[in-house]
Amino acid sequence: MSSVSQYFSGMFKGIWSLLTGMSVTLKELFAKKVTQQYPENRKTLEMSPRFKGVLIMPHDENNEHACTACGICQMNCPNGTIKVLSKMIETEDGKKKKILDQHQYDLGMCTFCNLCVITCPQDAIIFDQDFENSVFTHSRLRMRLNKEGSKLREKKKPAPVAKPAPEKAAEPPAEASADKDNETKE
Amino acid sequence: MIKYIEAPYYLDLLDNFLKTNLPEWAALAIEYVLIGLVLLTAYAVIALALIYVERKVTGFFQARLGPNRVGPFGIIQSVADMIKILLKEIIRIDNVDKFLFYLAPFFMIVSSFLTFGALPFGRGLHVVDFDNGIFYLIAVSSLSIIGVLLAGWASNNKYSMIGAMRSGAQFISYELSAAMALMTIVVLTGTMKLSTIVDQQEYVYHWNIFRGHIPAVIAFVIYLIAGHAETNRGPFDLPEAESELTAGYHTEYSGLQFGFYYLAEYLNMFIIAGIATTVFLGGWQPIQVEGWDGFNTAMNFIPSFVWFFGKTGFLVMLSLWVRWTFPRLRIDQLLNLEWKYLLPINMVNLILMVIIVIYGLYIH
Repeated sequence: MSSVSQYFSGMFKGIWSLLTGMSVTLKELFAKKVTQQYPENRKTLEMSPRFKGVLIMPHDENNEHACTACGICQMNCPNGTIKVLSKMIETEDGKKKKILDQHQYDLGMCTFCNLCVITCPQDAIIFDQDFENSVFTHSRLRMRLNKEGSKLREKKKPAPVAKPAPEKAAEPPAEASADKDNETKE
Repeated sequence: MIKYIEAPYYLDLLDNFLKTNLPEWAALAIEYVLIGLVLLTAYAVIALALIYVERKVTGFFQARLGPNRVGPFGIIQSVADMIKILLKEIIRIDNVDKFLFYLAPFFMIVSSFLTFGALPFGRGLHVVDFDNGIFYLIAVSSLSIIGVLLAGWASNNKYSMIGAMRSGAQFISYELSAAMALMTIVVLTGTMKLSTIVDQQEYVYHWNIFRGHIPAVIAFVIYLIAGHAETNRGPFDLPEAESELTAGYHTEYSGLQFGFYYLAEYLNMFIIAGIATTVFLGGWQPIQVEGWDGFNTAMNFIPSFVWFFGKTGFLVMLSLWVRWTFPRLRIDQLLNLEWKYLLPINMVNLILMVIIVIYGLYIH
């Protein structure tokens, strides 16, 4: 008797599990489709959040960046993609100071390992999600990340204007996207 | 009014026109050729439409969009594929059994075409109506296994051979179940003639699946499973099993010969759904409820072939749904399912149906 009941209970369990599977796929049939129709939807393209396209250095509206030319990104880069060229200047109060001259980045060499971004103490560089980086000559892959005439963002002054400043520092991605928009408009 | 939307009116017009202007033999000859052409065209067009639908629905099941580049929503995709297949070279392979190798695709296509020709597509759209129509359908559709076995044997390729042998085991097993399920309904209808079977199912509760209630529903499900297995699709695609056998029995075929197998596979899916529609779901009969005269008239204004294709399309969708839900079975699981479950249940079901018919327990 037990084998007979096993036969039937096994059969009905099997049918039940098949129906469960079919209900799952039926839901999938009406689920939102994930395909991105790339060339047409360039404007509304959604990239996955961790996608890394090209290294950029976000500049704010005053053409200021956060890079102190410490060179940590260059040291951490496994294959010499980044070169940080610095120069010494003299400030108004007579102190000598090292500032960024050129932040050179070779997209053709980059393996997108993200080490530079992780180790940057100032969060001065980030990866942008722009992936349309094809160019016709090799030399155009070598980029300079800091803009012409840009300078280091001053550390916020203590006390009165304390409120807006930390917000700014806390949200580099927002600045970056704003910058990105400006660039595309140009 | 209703006669204008149905095919027989126009067919009679054509028939009268030919017979008044030509001697009878010439009129008949022209009609035969026309019927053959129409069937061939319908065969190809339905296959193309099914290929498109399959690819689109497959995409939807996998959260993709499916083909959408050739034409609006990709509807010309399968036409483009057809042109590609027609233009491809038929590669002559060394060391194949030439005669059998080139013969095999024809078995496949001829068998599916013979079955296709005997389906009742609509009121008056029924080419051959044998007295033993169901018997004919079963007999002719099982010829396609010869094509598969020949292809596997003649290809001189171990993958083709294994695929064909699997296909043989599978087909012989499931053909039994499919035939028994149909026989269950034949017990109920008392005839094998397809036109009579369709005529009997006038109102919805006369559809065989409802008229025979429990055993008919069981037979319907078993027929769908067995038919699905016969088409070598879905969880039963061991003969092709692309991850194990490259493409199984049609590995060595290219160009139009492969096209034959491709076409026959999709048409077999349609044929299985078509037979199930005819036998269980009332064929081309529109949905009619006794007493609801207004509703019945409204339903009658939809041409009968639309009803046939609608019901068949529903079953084809069911088959696609199953195909994209379940993983492929192992060969032992496949044979277990047939010999330990479907066949015994089917036999008990047949006896149950006999009892129900003898005591008149079906819905009158």
